Amino acid sequence: MLMGEYKLSKEDVEALAIGAAILGTGGGGDPYIGKLMVTQVLEKGKDIILVPPEDIPDDSFIITSAFMGTPITLIEKLPSGLDALRALKALENYFNRRADYITPVEAGGLNSTIPLYVGGLTGRPVLDGDGMGRAFPELQMVTFHLYGIKATPMSLADEKGNSVILDTIDNIWAEKIARVVTIRMGGWASIAIYSMYGSQYKKAVIPHTITKAIEIGKAVREAKSHGKNPIDAVIDATNGYRLFEGKMVDVSRWIVAGFAKGEVTIEGLNDYKGKTMKIKFQNENLVAEVNGEIVASVPDLIVVLDLETGEPITTERHRYGYRVAIVGIPCDEKWRTPEALKVVGPRYFGYDIDYIPIEERIKAIGE
Amino acid sequence: MAKYRIGIDVGSTNTDVAIVDEKGRPYYTSKVATTPDVTTGILKALEKAAKESGVSPDDIAAVMYGTTHGLNAIITRRGLYKVGVIRIGLPATTAIEPMLDWPPDLRKAVGNLYVLVEGGFEYTGEEISPLDEDKVRKAAEKFKREGVDSVAIISVFSPVRPDHEYKAAKIVSDVLGDIPVSLSSSIGSIGLLERENATILNAAIIGVMKRSISAVRNTMDKLNLTSAKLYLAQNDGTIISAEMAEKYPIFTVAAAVSNSVRGAYVLTGLKDAIVVDTGGTTTNIGVLEKGFPRESSSPVVLGGVRTSFMMPDFVSIGVAGGSIVKQEDNKVTVGPESVGYELITKGIAWGGNLITATDVALALGRMRIDDPRCNPDLAKAKIPRDLAEKAYEYIIRKIEEGIDKVKTKPDPMPVVLVGGGSAMLPRSLQGASVVIRPEGAQSANAIGAATALIGATVEKTYNYEQVDRKNALEDAKSEAKRRAVESGADPGSIEVAFVEEISMPYLPGNIVKVRVKAVGKAKL
Repeated sequence: MLMGEYKLSKEDVEALAIGAAILGTGGGGDPYIGKLMVTQVLEKGKDIILVPPEDIPDDSFIITSAFMGTPITLIEKLPSGLDALRALKALENYFNRRADYITPVEAGGLNSTIPLYVGGLTGRPVLDGDGMGRAFPELQMVTFHLYGIKATPMSLADEKGNSVILDTIDNIWAEKIARVVTIRMGGWASIAIYSMYGSQYKKAVIPHTITKAIEIGKAVREAKSHGKNPIDAVIDATNGYRLFEGKMVDVSRWIVAGFAKGEVTIEGLNDYKGKTMKIKFQNENLVAEVNGEIVASVPDLIVVLDLETGEPITTERHRYGYRVAIVGIPCDEKWRTPEALKVVGPRYFGYDIDYIPIEERIKAIGE
Repeated sequence: MAKYRIGIDVGSTNTDVAIVDEKGRPYYTSKVATTPDVTTGILKALEKAAKESGVSPDDIAAVMYGTTHGLNAIITRRGLYKVGVIRIGLPATTAIEPMLDWPPDLRKAVGNLYVLVEGGFEYTGEEISPLDEDKVRKAAEKFKREGVDSVAIISVFSPVRPDHEYKAAKIVSDVLGDIPVSLSSSIGSIGLLERENATILNAAIIGVMKRSISAVRNTMDKLNLTSAKLYLAQNDGTIISAEMAEKYPIFTVAAAVSNSVRGAYVLTGLKDAIVVDTGGTTTNIGVLEKGFPRESSSPVVLGGVRTSFMMPDFVSIGVAGGSIVKQEDNKVTVGPESVGYELITKGIAWGGNLITATDVALALGRMRIDDPRCNPDLAKAKIPRDLAEKAYEYIIRKIEEGIDKVKTKPDPMPVVLVGGGSAMLPRSLQGASVVIRPEGAQSANAIGAATALIGATVEKTYNYEQVDRKNALEDAKSEAKRRAVESGADPGSIEVAFVEEISMPYLPGNIVKVRVKAVGKAKL
């Protein structure tokens, strides 16, 4: 192993599943399935090597590996694993070039784990970085897209041996057509996407997010095993802010254009007694306000944790009676440019508000 | 004419027994200490009731019992069957093999024997691949050589189409003869790993359940209960015949909570209420919804294994009658450590030296206990007033939090207090429209078992674009009814207790999960 490289252990994978669920900000799919896939690879004696982005040559060739589709079909028709390899091979054949590195597209949720699986099985090193630093619902919501890297040519593969190469005029079309293919493949597909060179990757990536997720997960486990507050541990490990503590008193949900939207109302407890928080969500948590004043919004991370256990709560599990702590985490600076905010800012999700970085909002409230 | 029923419920501290008359009214109630082997306690309770109640053995029409045998076997890894597992779904599913994240000792205890074969379905009902019948046969032959006791069969999307599971079961029976076969489509819902785990555990505890049932039957014979039929309490507050319980023992592992919830319904007539069941060590708070315990939709961890199947939705709190009061730097807490059944020797009011939740309630004059050995004045004298008040406040706060956690909306609801430790709780609680502690509250669990209806719950998934909604609902209903009759219900008495449709988001077509519960009177 070279300097800076890191060999993943089973404990790391356990911790990653926790950290990735936290960075999933309420969505991103349960990392449980991915954790088990990676565990099986490690149990078969394979090594999974993480490489820091700054260590790679400019002319190295990188392919992004992920799952795409509906979680409900994935938890029933589990992957064969070969589907993920087949997607990678299909794209490599198309380029007639072997990928030197595999990269995750999102550090939050299930997709943080898939490249580790592929890397372990194929012996390719996996890059310690991603294109979100969190989870987002659509293909183009990645920093790779911001830096002009094309999603296609991309490949999709199923467990039966079918694979599809897509070459589209832009990343929005890639999203539209790929969605249809996943459905025909049984609800989900393995994909290989966003291929690029080392020089491009180093500019576009949000670095060190996989080790960050592992660190967060370890901090939570450590705190729990020492009887300490796991929420403090999350805040420390993420440079986050405690935004609120309270009890969920109302949840409303509606479906718009295939996306599950909703709003949860949380009544303050402890230091927040007498105050009310509302969080608007669409798969992930998007905007949080206290007594009508916005305290955090996308692309900053809004994380809902069980007040006692520190366990992250996904938006589909929001229900009356949950006691929760809400933690806000600053997003990567790459998401804070005007161009980036067009793709992932509050207005893209239909909320007519300006994005103000969480640090400034907290400061303003303090004054 | 036989007209009485005996109900028995095993708790962590006590084994409760009740006899009810033909109208379901409690006629006799009693308790014995739960024994480590569980069986001895059940048999003692049965014998005690038969002797003390004065009811003639010929007048006992049925015995229904809820037991922790299955749960204990899973937790202690003892007495489990060796299970042959067949997962149908290749080429899919190989990335996570069966039992991968089970605790190693439990995996070993069930034999860690599995075969993956081609077959299974997509969510649309199309085949992933045709069932490899030859491979199934070879797997069965292998299981025969390895001497398995029980077989579990799990196919991808069997809640949509169970065909491959049925076919495989037939092949297995051809090869292995009269061996129990557990099918995942009869046990769980969408979510392959959780359903698979529940099916394997079901297959593993069949032997334990058979032994439990045969021990109870022997005692019934000894007591001349010759005209009584035997039933097991299920996790949803209904019962099934002993024969069905031997096939689906997993449905009986969490019966205790549901027995209490159903008992609260029988004792109060309230169809919708929150039920607080306080024992010696824990308080379980469940919900009555339309006369039945509300069921949970989240995965349940059993013995370190993630599963999903019919389970009551409840909150468990480590505060109950025997919970020990602690004081640290002016901070008073109660539980989760408990003196359990030793309350009557270790509690302050019984001359012991540990302050328990019950002692605190006695010291404050919040409860009375009809036990000549119990002296509330000891508690009053020995426990400082300030400490007692703080501890009692803590208890109430925990119970009120639990009540709030099981609610789905903020409106106040009736709260029913049951269980041996429930007398210590006050008659007004936050979040409660009214607090009721009915007569017979301390035996609600056994009364719930004695008065339970036969029940069968069926969960199937349909695509309403392929199957007409009316036909789909009819299909699910008739299967639930058929299962209820098979479980011992009188066909003339069967009713559909509820129909639930849950549509699955993000999928084209109209994929809907249909849950139907059918209930009926036991055919006696």
